[in-house]
Amino acid sequence: MGTQETYPIDVGAIREDFPILDRMVGGDIETPGEGEGDTQPLVYLDNAATSHTPEPVVDSIADYYRGYNSNVHRGIHHLSQEASVAYEAAHDRVAEFIGASGREEVVFTKNTTEAMNLVAYAWGLAELGPGDTVVLTEMEHHASLVTWQQIAKRTGADIEFIRVDDEGRLDMDHAAALIDDSTEMVSVVHVSNVLGTITPAAELAEMAHAHDAYIFVDGAQSAPTRPVDVEAIDADFFAFSGHKMLGPTGIGVLYGKEHLLEAMDPYLYGGEMIRSVTYEDSTWEDLPWKFEAGTPVIAQGIALHAAIDYLDDIGMQNVRAHEDHLAEYAYNRLAGFDDVEVYGPPGDERGGLVAFNLAGVHAHDLSSILNDHGVAIRAGDHCTQPLHDKLGVPASTRASFYIYNTREEIDALVDAVDDARQLFA
Amino acid sequence: MGMGSDMYRQQILDHYKNPRNKGKMSDPDFSHSGENPSCGDTITVNVSLEDDGETIEYVSFTGDGCAISQASASMLSERLPGTTLPELEAMDTDDITEMLGVDISPMRIKCAVLARQVTQDGAAMHQGEAIDRTTTEG
Ligand SMILES: Cc1ncc(COP(=O)(O)O)c(C=O)c1O
Repeated sequence: MGTQETYPIDVGAIREDFPILDRMVGGDIETPGEGEGDTQPLVYLDNAATSHTPEPVVDSIADYYRGYNSNVHRGIHHLSQEASVAYEAAHDRVAEFIGASGREEVVFTKNTTEAMNLVAYAWGLAELGPGDTVVLTEMEHHASLVTWQQIAKRTGADIEFIRVDDEGRLDMDHAAALIDDSTEMVSVVHVSNVLGTITPAAELAEMAHAHDAYIFVDGAQSAPTRPVDVEAIDADFFAFSGHKMLGPTGIGVLYGKEHLLEAMDPYLYGGEMIRSVTYEDSTWEDLPWKFEAGTPVIAQGIALHAAIDYLDDIGMQNVRAHEDHLAEYAYNRLAGFDDVEVYGPPGDERGGLVAFNLAGVHAHDLSSILNDHGVAIRAGDHCTQPLHDKLGVPASTRASFYIYNTREEIDALVDAVDDARQLFA
Repeated sequence: MGMGSDMYRQQILDHYKNPRNKGKMSDPDFSHSGENPSCGDTITVNVSLEDDGETIEYVSFTGDGCAISQASASMLSERLPGTTLPELEAMDTDDITEMLGVDISPMRIKCAVLARQVTQDGAAMHQGEAIDRTTTEG
């Protein structure tokens, strides 16, 4: 796997924890897992969609189901107590990871999308009205864009979009002009899942707070790839997904400042989130349980704890350094071709992903050909249709990197792109 | 290699690079457009019928999109003349993969069948059926 010394982290050792990276692909897709017809080594460059799961995280799930599977907060029996302690400790671990003050500020959800909907419904429906504005960016993921659009329709609030300039940077003068006393919420993507742009979240938080507005930071692509400190950003809300940071699917996190979560009504009702219930009325459990109705994501929460331990062992500064290294390498290799258009800012100021198009080859054709080479990338609009309209393309091809990726894999991508170029010439 | 590489056999690439019957038609018996939102493919098909009002005489198309969708439209425009409207109506996905001569991966089937769907919907409208919008989504 190349010369390990030249990477900020020990990629060779890390890869040993991810057996899936050694599998072959290309054959029958009806039966999951490696089979006879799979003859092409996998080059996995679709980490912005979802990351792989290392052995210690898989083990944490198996240990839970084999050793102490039980419902939480319900039983006095031993297993339930073990599960409850572990599930609550996972909240503490997440709080520590993102610089929150404690478990009260950490709500487990299904994913980033649900965290966004929680705030949009619980806070937005109650607080927004005609004359209010919600300020987004032009590069919002549909998770934020579609959600605020619907809440705005129901409440009569307006939505405004901070411009993204031709280099893919957020136009901060435009942000300063849009964010004013009518603004109630600024909801921004922290690292764009298409352009790789890194949003100056702390600066935007300051602008929002100067006008008594709140800020929601979509950390789906930032929490997995760089150190995050919600208090340093002064974010009111922050959300991310476990499956993009070595965890399982089915778990996301909503961070919210305690006094804001305290003031919000629940989003889902039912068991686990109540303190007392009569036939007439109910009262709510303490934070964060007030927002976790029903049997929660127990195994997933415990596994997220293990994923965070794994990442912290590497060190988030080192994860970021590795991402930066690969992003710059991929950007420079791809942008070096006249017939390749790469979207977003230059290689040294972006997150670890590169979206591009090869002239004359539709992104879906390109991704089919890359797939023949075992190269897994994503083609489409990446849940940012309006941004692609703005870029003037129906779709793009996106390669995205994580801790186990190497320069050789980016070389394999570039070779496969060249094959498509020859085929369509 | 997998089924994907087969998808770009010479025939498909040839039709994509040198589309047959691509262009407008001055006096078609019917025209219809549709799209495949997942790839952003668009196809407009123009059809002229023989005097019996039932047999396809000429087909032309315009459109934009991935190689599979455009090559499929080009091949269909060569294949359809001489076909009757009921025969057109009866065409299914297998007929298209057979025409293309390659296995189409499940994710790309919507690209492959777009031109057929547009032509079938156009014919149905020509025969008085009401059709809202043609897409091969979902
Ligand atoms: C920037 C951004 N926001 C939100 C999401 C939604 O995440 P999820 O699908 O896990 O809810 C994603 C990923 O798909 C993303 O990249």
